[in-house]
Amino acid sequence: MSVTTDKTPQKSGAAGAAQFAGWDSRKYNYFEPKGRKASHYEDMTVDVQPDPKRYLLQDWIISFADGTPTYDERWTAAKSSDWHKFRAIDQEWERTHYQRQSTIVGMISNVIENGRRSGAPKRFDKAWIKILSDHLGAYKHAEFGLGTATMQAQRYGYTQMINNAILTNSSYKLRFSQDITLYLGELALDIEGIDLEAGKHHWLEDPIWQGTRHATEAVMGATDFLEQYFATNIVFEPLVAELFRSGFVMQLAAAQNDFMTPAVVSAAEGDYERNLANAVDLFNILVMDPNHGNENRKLFVHWFEKHGTLALQAAHQLQPIWSQPRVKVAQFSDALDVQKNRTRAIAAEIGFDIRATLDA
Amino acid sequence: MPEGLSLNKIIAQKGMSISEATARVADLGWTPSYVQEAMTFPTDYKIKKTPRDPMKQVLRSYFPMQEEKDNRVYGALDAALRGDMFRNVQPRWVEWMKLFLAIIPFPEISASRSMAMVARLAPGEELRTGFAMQMVDEFRHSTIQMNLKKWYMENYIDPAGFDITEAAFGKCYASTIGRQFAEGFVTGDAITAANVYLTVVAETAFTNTLFVAMPSEAARNGDYALPTVFLSVQSDESRHIGNGHSLLMSTINDPDNHLLLERDLKYAFWQNHAIVDAAIGTFVEYGTTDRDKKKESYAELWHRWIYEDYYRTYMLPLEKYGIKIHHDDVAAAWDRIVKKNYVHLTAQFFSVGWSVNFWRIEAQTEKDFEWFEHKYPGWYAQFGEYWKWYAKLSEKGQTQILFNGDVGYSYPHRCWSCMVPCLIREDFTYDTVDGKVYTYCSEQCRWTHKVAFAAEYEGRATPAMGRFSGRREWEECYHGWDIADAITDLGFVRPDGKTLVPQPHLHFDDAKMWTLDDVRGYKLGSPLTGFRALTDEERVTAAAEYRKGFTINPCN
Repeated sequence: MSVTTDKTPQKSGAAGAAQFAGWDSRKYNYFEPKGRKASHYEDMTVDVQPDPKRYLLQDWIISFADGTPTYDERWTAAKSSDWHKFRAIDQEWERTHYQRQSTIVGMISNVIENGRRSGAPKRFDKAWIKILSDHLGAYKHAEFGLGTATMQAQRYGYTQMINNAILTNSSYKLRFSQDITLYLGELALDIEGIDLEAGKHHWLEDPIWQGTRHATEAVMGATDFLEQYFATNIVFEPLVAELFRSGFVMQLAAAQNDFMTPAVVSAAEGDYERNLANAVDLFNILVMDPNHGNENRKLFVHWFEKHGTLALQAAHQLQPIWSQPRVKVAQFSDALDVQKNRTRAIAAEIGFDIRATLDA
Repeated sequence: MPEGLSLNKIIAQKGMSISEATARVADLGWTPSYVQEAMTFPTDYKIKKTPRDPMKQVLRSYFPMQEEKDNRVYGALDAALRGDMFRNVQPRWVEWMKLFLAIIPFPEISASRSMAMVARLAPGEELRTGFAMQMVDEFRHSTIQMNLKKWYMENYIDPAGFDITEAAFGKCYASTIGRQFAEGFVTGDAITAANVYLTVVAETAFTNTLFVAMPSEAARNGDYALPTVFLSVQSDESRHIGNGHSLLMSTINDPDNHLLLERDLKYAFWQNHAIVDAAIGTFVEYGTTDRDKKKESYAELWHRWIYEDYYRTYMLPLEKYGIKIHHDDVAAAWDRIVKKNYVHLTAQFFSVGWSVNFWRIEAQTEKDFEWFEHKYPGWYAQFGEYWKWYAKLSEKGQTQILFNGDVGYSYPHRCWSCMVPCLIREDFTYDTVDGKVYTYCSEQCRWTHKVAFAAEYEGRATPAMGRFSGRREWEECYHGWDIADAITDLGFVRPDGKTLVPQPHLHFDDAKMWTLDDVRGYKLGSPLTGFRALTDEERVTAAAEYRKGFTINPCN
């Protein structure tokens, strides 16, 4: 047994220890960055989900029984000349996602722990406690429904960037639905009058919430993943979710001696700003698409009509809640106007017209 | 401070029990009545029983726990740089990471996507949080691995191959097997893919060799980064194993599912073996410079993790539910590793085709020979001459080993099922499916393509089962091409436009590095195209000849 091998004379495996062809090629070089230089998010994300139109030499190698490949552009009615153009505005990859989620968890935990320690829940107005039980308790199911809808949707997108943006959206919604659940459970440890079963009862039975449940289930039941993402962020969030979170809870809670609930709910508002930015950018790219822009614009008008009609109906059905707090500091009509304007601004930024539905 | 008093005692307040918290969270779901959810990813299984959540964790505790794990990982990467890790790292090892880390982020994110499929299928919402955590975990794994790869690219002596990583992943003949792995998680019958293939077999069994055995070898080669990242990744796997087992338990009690479960356990075990053992076995055995005879070989690791830990303690107990376990396949896989040299033949194949890789492969040396012979008696007789040839022909100016007729190597057929070539020649087989001839590495892989991935299984309609598709034989993509043109098309050329990304040695010196001109003049061919062109009789003869194998000529 013998062999003579010229053992490498290299003493160090560190960058720069030798100079030869390619020794300084130290950037991922297979995609066009959105900006002048690739962001860390882009390096972590772009092209991880392959595409036969880019580098997938052998095409998808497993298909569904009907021949549909592992990923298919036809899984949405929207069309794109380049699905790879989209980059999530919030630039989330795993580390930033955990940092942000963990920070939110810490913020909410501190508010609840310190609020409870100071006896704050005992000073909540009695009528408000019932509102939290019945209506915040009901609303948590809407958040959960959107979380499951986006969890489903993150399977279908044609690029890693789209799917990961939808994935983090789902992660935020599911966390917030649990935030409310656990918050109410902890309030119930300190004060009487919190009925932890009431929320689901109202969600399933109360006419006030049936429009919201219908609108939520319409998102969950949509079979077009991009329609689910659109309906969540462009329709339901501004017209129903923000209406309840900002237009009701965050405006009225302080007047009922409750400083804790707005802090818990504010996390969702922060989450939504990021999800919205991602969604607006994606839908704007599709509206501006040189080959399919007009078609996509019509599609979004159609989606808005379908989900916007349900969302407006849901919003109006929530109106009685604004009459229930003992101290009334906000009007439903004002809150709805704010949210309609918000929705108009969102649609304008994307580049499609919602007047037919919103101002009908 | 009074004795026994602590900060925790001062700030402690009554909270919800974890079981109440998880019960409340599980109650977030409801049965829609206005709009029904479509079953968009079909399954032929019946799932009547609600899967239970064995982990009982809520997202409020999950996110801070993961952030803390991340902090440790990124802190360790910083420390490795401060400790000048790359000064002492073994390039032989890091080169193989160009392949491994090109492959693994896509299977990881595919696992994330697959959670959409099982979460909608599973009745009830008790396991929803488990699926959601796994979805985010896999997002973690995919991007943390992309980060590790970038870190290698920035700090290792030769970044070529890391810099083209995802493009290379889409084109390389070796990363195809990773795509088979990943697409298998998300395509076809949702339970077959996302439960049995992914969680019950890949994660429960084979992540041990992937994420535990391999990091140990990395550490032996001066690479402390890979263990840091991958042991952190592996710490998430126990939750995934729990998800998989829980969903398995919700299908296994229905005898109507047994036939499908037996099919899927057989397919999933064999294909995981064929893919993971080929790749990881090669990395562990051939990417190392550590030849301590006291350390476990891949075969010994396999016996510990797959045979003892998985087969005996996970698979065998399934028999009490009336499931037939394919003991013979477990034995056959073991035989392929210890008696039929599966890993060594794979390493030989990877190295013979070095010029279409996107990483460097160094020749094995005498020190390596001693270790291989010690761990795998008879190794030298079969592989010693080959590696001597490889060392000799690694010098620029020689005829590359793939086309050098003096060596005696015979290029293999590709297995249509696992996509690893048909390396164990005596097990080679072929069959006709839908009127076309296909080649396979083993009877089990033939069965997988022809019998398992079909519209009917043992008389039962299986409309949800997937199908094999695409240009599965890589060689067909470049049939008749000059190898230099193929390498250019693959993009495996360095920024100077001529020097190859792959090299058959670890010389970081332009004068010794192969260029396109050094390999030009030889044509690639598709073995399957040639095999299909034969008559039935000629194929019988050709197969018999193939099964006889080849002998490497002495290297003087």
